Amino acid sequence: MSIDPSNAGAVPAPDAPRASHSLFAPDKRTTMRNGQEARFRIYGLVAIVIALLALVWLLFSIFSAGLPAFRQTFIEIPVMLDAAVLDKAGHGDPAEMASVTTIGYGKVIGKALAAEIEAKGIDIGAMTPKDLVGMVSENAAADLRDMVLADPKLLGTTVQFTALANGRIDGYFKGRVTMESAARDNNTSPEKLMLADKLVAAGLMDMRFNPGFVFLPDASDKRPEAAGLGVAIIGSLYMMVVVLCLALPIGVAASVYLEEFAPKNRWTDLIEVNIANLAAVPSIVYGILGLSFFINFAGLPRSASIVGGLVLTLMTLPRIIIPTRAALKAVPPSIRDAALGVGASKLQTVTHHVLPLAMPGVLTGTIIGLAQALGETAPLLLIGMVAFVREYPGAPFTGLFDPASALPVQIYNWTQRGDPGFVERASGAIIVLLAFLIVMNTAAIILRRRYERRW
Amino acid sequence: MSLGFLFITVLVLAVFGYAMGRRKAMSSAGGDMRKLHSLPTFYGWITALGALVPALFVIILWLFAEGFVIHASAVNHIDPADVPADSSVNLMMADVTRLAEGLGALEAKGSDIPALEQDIEAFKTALSDAGVAMGNDPTPSMIAAAHAVRSTAKASRIGLSVVSVILALAGLVWGLRRITPEFRARNATERVSLGLLIAASLIAVLTTVGIVFSLLANTVHFFAIYPATTFFFSPTWDPKFGGGSTLGILPLVWGTLYVSVISLVVAVPIGLFSAIYLAEYASRRVRSVVKPLIEVLAGIPTIVYGLFALITVGPLLRDWIAMPMGFGNSSSTVMTAGLVMGIMIIPFVSSLSDDIINAVPQSLRDGSLGLGATPSETIRQVVIPAALPGIVGAVLLAASRAIGETMIVVLGAGAAAKLSLNPFEAMTTVTVKIVSQLTGDTEFASPETLVAFALGLTLFTFTLGLNVVALVIVRKYREQYE
Repeated sequence: MSIDPSNAGAVPAPDAPRASHSLFAPDKRTTMRNGQEARFRIYGLVAIVIALLALVWLLFSIFSAGLPAFRQTFIEIPVMLDAAVLDKAGHGDPAEMASVTTIGYGKVIGKALAAEIEAKGIDIGAMTPKDLVGMVSENAAADLRDMVLADPKLLGTTVQFTALANGRIDGYFKGRVTMESAARDNNTSPEKLMLADKLVAAGLMDMRFNPGFVFLPDASDKRPEAAGLGVAIIGSLYMMVVVLCLALPIGVAASVYLEEFAPKNRWTDLIEVNIANLAAVPSIVYGILGLSFFINFAGLPRSASIVGGLVLTLMTLPRIIIPTRAALKAVPPSIRDAALGVGASKLQTVTHHVLPLAMPGVLTGTIIGLAQALGETAPLLLIGMVAFVREYPGAPFTGLFDPASALPVQIYNWTQRGDPGFVERASGAIIVLLAFLIVMNTAAIILRRRYERRW
Repeated sequence: MSLGFLFITVLVLAVFGYAMGRRKAMSSAGGDMRKLHSLPTFYGWITALGALVPALFVIILWLFAEGFVIHASAVNHIDPADVPADSSVNLMMADVTRLAEGLGALEAKGSDIPALEQDIEAFKTALSDAGVAMGNDPTPSMIAAAHAVRSTAKASRIGLSVVSVILALAGLVWGLRRITPEFRARNATERVSLGLLIAASLIAVLTTVGIVFSLLANTVHFFAIYPATTFFFSPTWDPKFGGGSTLGILPLVWGTLYVSVISLVVAVPIGLFSAIYLAEYASRRVRSVVKPLIEVLAGIPTIVYGLFALITVGPLLRDWIAMPMGFGNSSSTVMTAGLVMGIMIIPFVSSLSDDIINAVPQSLRDGSLGLGATPSETIRQVVIPAALPGIVGAVLLAASRAIGETMIVVLGAGAAAKLSLNPFEAMTTVTVKIVSQLTGDTEFASPETLVAFALGLTLFTFTLGLNVVALVIVRKYREQYE
């Protein structure tokens, strides 16, 4: 309570009524201060709740948009592989049969579908055979063709063929396409959607788990239903291997030098400031470095995982060095003194005692650095990894020089395509990416919890 | 010899060297380890290092120099008359490289290349059958250059294999010959290892040098063909592939700052208040749950935030705020990007501030509470003023993050370069334009491409400045209470 200085020394008149100050009844100022206190606490709580809600909202939005990508609508029909159509020469030679294009196979599928629909007694109304072909994904014909070319003996037999349904039909079952939107769409029509309902009722069409989303390569921008993550996952894997093989030894070596050997002088100070700053350089700048040094100067191929790996290595190095140095610093000096005391050299002290004790911390830092590198997109855009890649890269070591994609870049790529089906694909790919990140971070946490020592 | 096989050969030689070195040391001491200067393993190690290090060093240097040499050998073959007026020799080299790849593919198929080359049309179809599509017709000089590329590459690989294997063998033999009981293998091993450790820590310095050099060299190149005054002071950004473009950086800087300011307005209060709550009020259990959860926000890749902005936040802001209030009808806006980026940098502000608030000595709080101040009064009048420099540092670090962030603005802020005050309009940033000028097939001679390096240098200088200031402030502050 503030005291009025003019009144401080005055003696109150004896008969004046005294202000009652009960400790049980807080005065106005105390109430105000307590109110302020409560409000301040609430601001803090509100801030935390907002941050957590943002996290929940983000995850909810991605998962609700992405989970359908793991399920896909398939049409399962018996297809008669007519040798007269598919192998006109009749020699069963794959090289000759290759002259029949996917269009030819598309017609075969259309015919089979029409026959099956008739056999089930479904009314197709005014739909033409061409409309029927449109029920099936354009990729189905290519799949069938690959199947036949791989095994020409199938010719003349009837095979049970599982075809991807067209992306719009699939979107209809996932709620993305409605009757109204189909009426305005050139690629589908309400009749097709109604037929799709009938096919589901007849058991020819159903929605099930689609492993192709994770394992198959990307597809063209008109076929979201066939797009998969296979190439991107392999590309990301290759890059992570490159980063691990380069960044871990170099990072550990650099940290050991700076922490255990380096004299304190201007040079080592420079290196330290340098590393701190490199950790905060925007990732896109590393992309510029990769483009002008690795691709233009050293002539490495564009969109190869080796270049991506090298760029990410440079980016990850400071992020590995900083926690590694902290882990080395945490090893008590008594360990070093004891080792040096029994005659170990400095290098022996480090390799036999300090490093093994610091290893959990080093590995934790490395895994977290790798996880960051896995999600990095911007530098990879600059080194040409946005290119459309359908072929799986080869086996290492030469496969590192093949064009590949990467998970985050594949996501970016899909967001840039017109068909709304790709939004679902991109969100699904994020779920895969997040799954990898969760596994890596959990591993890091377990390592830290289980093996890290407190001295 | 393929590169992988070469690596394995050198490694095998090194392992062999280790075994031989050990063996020789033991036998030179007559089987009595006590007569050796160092432990037998050190004799093995120094021999292995002698075989491995020079050979690996040469392989790496060779690989970087190879591209350069191949380029130089092929460029001479290109007839200047074949270069189209609107193109350059360097652009032709891209075609030549592709042609060389095609020749490799044709050779692998067993085609008769000299016969094919007689007929350009047949040659082109054969190439496209082999999976190599040529934009321009290959001219005889290009074919000659492609052959030069292939022969140089082949010769270079053979040379590399021979040189590195010989070097590894020489290192091995030299190392073995040095081994006597008196040879100080431990000291030698330590010296070599120390050299390797120093080399590893120099990579960080080399990275910085590489970044600065690649940015500076191309920026100088850019300003040689484009007026600097237009770049720095023109209010329009209008690149035209084909020449005659206006490349003013002002709208990009404006967009960058606008987005960053919005993101800080979102992140600083939320981050700061959560840090205060976690550091001063929260119980241990709440803290141990909430703090990692907030930090999850920092571990989510930026492409995820980008997609979130694109599919959720953008349409939401457009349908509920921008359209009803007549601000605009775009879903990619400064507001979208700023809001989402604000969410992303909350943990940067909150964790750093949390650390800094925790570093304020307890005695200050105790003094204030002892005088009868409430906890909130203590925080506002004692803790925060004491922690202020550190908090400013944290905010500056967050700002540098926001300025350098790419994917959120690429997906959330749009691509139109505008100088406008309306936050519900699409604007663009420096990073977005770096991406758009450098993705796809790029030719490093036009100002439209080179401008990306000038933008990159601006970005680098900006963020570096912010980081240095922030680090200095944070470091000074830490010293204050130590």
